Amino acid sequence: MSRIGRPARRSFLIGSAAVAGGVAFGYYRYRQPLPNPLLEGLAEGEAALTPFVRIDAQGVTLITPRADMGQGASSIQAYLLAEGLDLDPLTVRLDPGDPSPAYYNGAVLAEGLPFAATDTGWLAETARAAADVPARLMGMQITGGSSTVPDMFDRLRHAGAVARETLKEAAAQQTGIARDRLGTDDGAVILPDGQRLPYGALAARAATLEPVTDAIPRPASAWRYLGKRVQRTDIVAKSTGTETYGIDLALDGMLYASVRTNPGLGGAVNGYDASAAEAMRGVLKVVPVTGGVGVIADNTWRAFRAVNAIAIDWGAPGYPASSDQIWPALRAAMTAGNRDSRFRDEGDVENALFEGEAIAAEYRVPYLAHAPLEPMNATVRVTDSRADIWTGTQIPRFVQTHAARLTGLDEAAVHVHALPMGGSFGRRLEDDYVLQAVELAMAVKGRPVKMTWTREEDMTHDFPRPAQIARGRGTVREGRVEALDLSVVGQSVSASWLGRVMVAPPGPDTTIVAGAWDQPFAIPHYRVTGYRAPEMVPVSSWRSVGASANGFFHDCFLDELIHAAGADPLEERLRLCADPLSRKVLEAAAEMSGWSGPRISETRARGVAFCLSFGVPMAEVVEISRTEAGIRIDKVYAACEIGRVLDPDNFEAQVAGGILFGLGHAMNCELSYADHAPEQANFDSYPGMRLSQAPQIEVRGLENGDRIRGIGEPGVPPAAPALANAIFALTGQRIRELPLNRHVTFA
Amino acid sequence: MQLTVNGVAHELDVEADMPLLWVLRDELGITGPKYGCGIAQCGACTVHVDGQAVRACQVAAGDVWGEITTIEGLGTPRSLHTVQAAWIAHQVAQCGYCQSGQIMQAAALLAENPDPTDAEIDEALSGNLCRCGTYPRIRAAVKTAAAMLREG
Repeated sequence: MSRIGRPARRSFLIGSAAVAGGVAFGYYRYRQPLPNPLLEGLAEGEAALTPFVRIDAQGVTLITPRADMGQGASSIQAYLLAEGLDLDPLTVRLDPGDPSPAYYNGAVLAEGLPFAATDTGWLAETARAAADVPARLMGMQITGGSSTVPDMFDRLRHAGAVARETLKEAAAQQTGIARDRLGTDDGAVILPDGQRLPYGALAARAATLEPVTDAIPRPASAWRYLGKRVQRTDIVAKSTGTETYGIDLALDGMLYASVRTNPGLGGAVNGYDASAAEAMRGVLKVVPVTGGVGVIADNTWRAFRAVNAIAIDWGAPGYPASSDQIWPALRAAMTAGNRDSRFRDEGDVENALFEGEAIAAEYRVPYLAHAPLEPMNATVRVTDSRADIWTGTQIPRFVQTHAARLTGLDEAAVHVHALPMGGSFGRRLEDDYVLQAVELAMAVKGRPVKMTWTREEDMTHDFPRPAQIARGRGTVREGRVEALDLSVVGQSVSASWLGRVMVAPPGPDTTIVAGAWDQPFAIPHYRVTGYRAPEMVPVSSWRSVGASANGFFHDCFLDELIHAAGADPLEERLRLCADPLSRKVLEAAAEMSGWSGPRISETRARGVAFCLSFGVPMAEVVEISRTEAGIRIDKVYAACEIGRVLDPDNFEAQVAGGILFGLGHAMNCELSYADHAPEQANFDSYPGMRLSQAPQIEVRGLENGDRIRGIGEPGVPPAAPALANAIFALTGQRIRELPLNRHVTFA
Repeated sequence: MQLTVNGVAHELDVEADMPLLWVLRDELGITGPKYGCGIAQCGACTVHVDGQAVRACQVAAGDVWGEITTIEGLGTPRSLHTVQAAWIAHQVAQCGYCQSGQIMQAAALLAENPDPTDAEIDEALSGNLCRCGTYPRIRAAVKTAAAMLREG
């Protein structure tokens, strides 16, 4: 591996004021055991052997605190617990549990550190370990950053094993047979004579014991579920219309509501006239909410109709009104004074560019909406003594804190009931929609209110993936890439998002350059610089975050240089690649696709792209053909390294889903702005990919590394550049902006 | 107004222009059909009216011309419809939000055309949007369901 520029000392403050704040609390407090939230409210005869396993007379409940937005988080958490506990998760209850510091995410902050995933040196490893400290101290219960599996792999298997050994200890005391002579099988302790004692029957005694914490999870060679093709725990419900998403919740006495807030995000309401709405059938109340107005009614459609009948005078927000103004503002922010990071600076880039014949290009990507198919919604009931919130969220503890602040209740009196999500892609790392529902519920205390956004409200009130611009410069010599200098300018996702949910952190924002600075290539003169644009449209994390843009910039510009050098796209990437695990990924993609150069025939071509994100090196080869109706994507081959494939079926689904997400948005999606609001308000102008456009996809997961990784996001970043590179191979047209349908037609 | 949904007749007092989707979801508590776009762009609300797949967000309650079947009436976890069984076998769903509509669209296709070509499957299902990217498995599940139905 080539040397990667060591981050400046101040870079440690990145991503987390947290790291600094943690030290103030001290190591001692970090080491304190976190309280087990399940111990509150247990009845006689019930046991909560760890924060993740509850047992009562009805049987076992597994607690799966990472939120399921479709990526299969509930299922994999259940199987991790089940593997330790030795039972079939399809036969027990699953519950996301109440928000609790015990469910903090120890892996998510590490992603924001300025160390490449391939850097396993002392400094990088120490910093990663230290990132656990603030997460634990602050009880950061967050789902995101493809971190569920890396964070939970050891924790849940161990929790399951603790529960198993404690149940065996209970059986040992009950029968007088030593614990080490007892076995377990599928939800029961097995006595030496074969007799089965179901876990439920042992709960009362187990509840009186100190948990057996030195339990050892089963070795991989003995796994019953992990690494095997298993049934997703939610697959039957999701195939029969019986899964209850947030939007489906029904409660006694429930009212229905919808809101409209300023489409210029953060702008004021100067005034409104709701007289027409108030006279409409089913309307109970018109309620002002932060930045807008809501209607409480007896039916969602009546609420939609009424809220749309309110005439509202909006104030302007503090950002440029149109894309025509935003793009120049972004470009103008690429100045020395706005330099945010230069985590990579190798060789002598300036000199190489001066001496060689520099190739230069400018790239850009637009704002993008998350647009999960289930529009934002939340159901809330507020009384004088408590608040109950039912919603899909990736940040239940922040919801709790913010709702407590809004209602004046103690945090302990705010109960968040997490429900399955109809997609998220990062959208539900925000809680704006939840707090609106709280405001509405406060106006009708004691009654539950289900607040649902129209699709138009959802699309125009997203915190989008930021628009970004990149400038690439580079040189080639004797058939090789010699220098690559990439400058990226964008708004800070970390500052924007953390500023809303907590507090904006000091220091550089790794997301501005993630997916570019941290790539495992050994280019002799190699530099990546991030520039921070002022906050314009408030932005947030969109599936694969910084790498969603930088994967496109970095790989497409590298492809340009390779073409200029006259080298083969795949061979030159391989030659430049200095990380053994990443090389194997590129080799696998070459083998799977039968790579023999970018041109397949007069009407067919292929492109390759590579991006390492969230610790996962991912190579994708996209094959396309020219048809009378336009360009058709025929086939995609993807290879990646994730340490261990725990759930082969869902692994393939997540990689394929990430590829289609990346391709669909690259083909035809953007948010453009006029009058401070997106011009795209529904799927007619933000189409994404349709079934008839979907390619065949082949996926291979390599298991050469010693670290287990998450796979929800890494499939996304290489998809757009692989497609753009294929289009270049087919047409000779180098498209440097997304969406690609600004320049070509897709069949 | 009277509507028959999944074999049960309901007497309703709603506006004639209330979309069928919201009658089902908020008046009758039948939540398998989903709200996704409200303008017939996503297909998450797809139900059958006399066996024909329609977008429930675009059918006014007063215009319903026959008996309505929703995903709940197609099959249940204990008694799966063949299309649902194929969807489970292929583990199609990710977030699952669009899948009620996908399954209803596929069931209507197969009822009419028991052996659809790839192009016919593409044509029939391209109005149903999936944001998670489950399309390859949807195609495979439709073929499996078709084979299962043909074999009886």
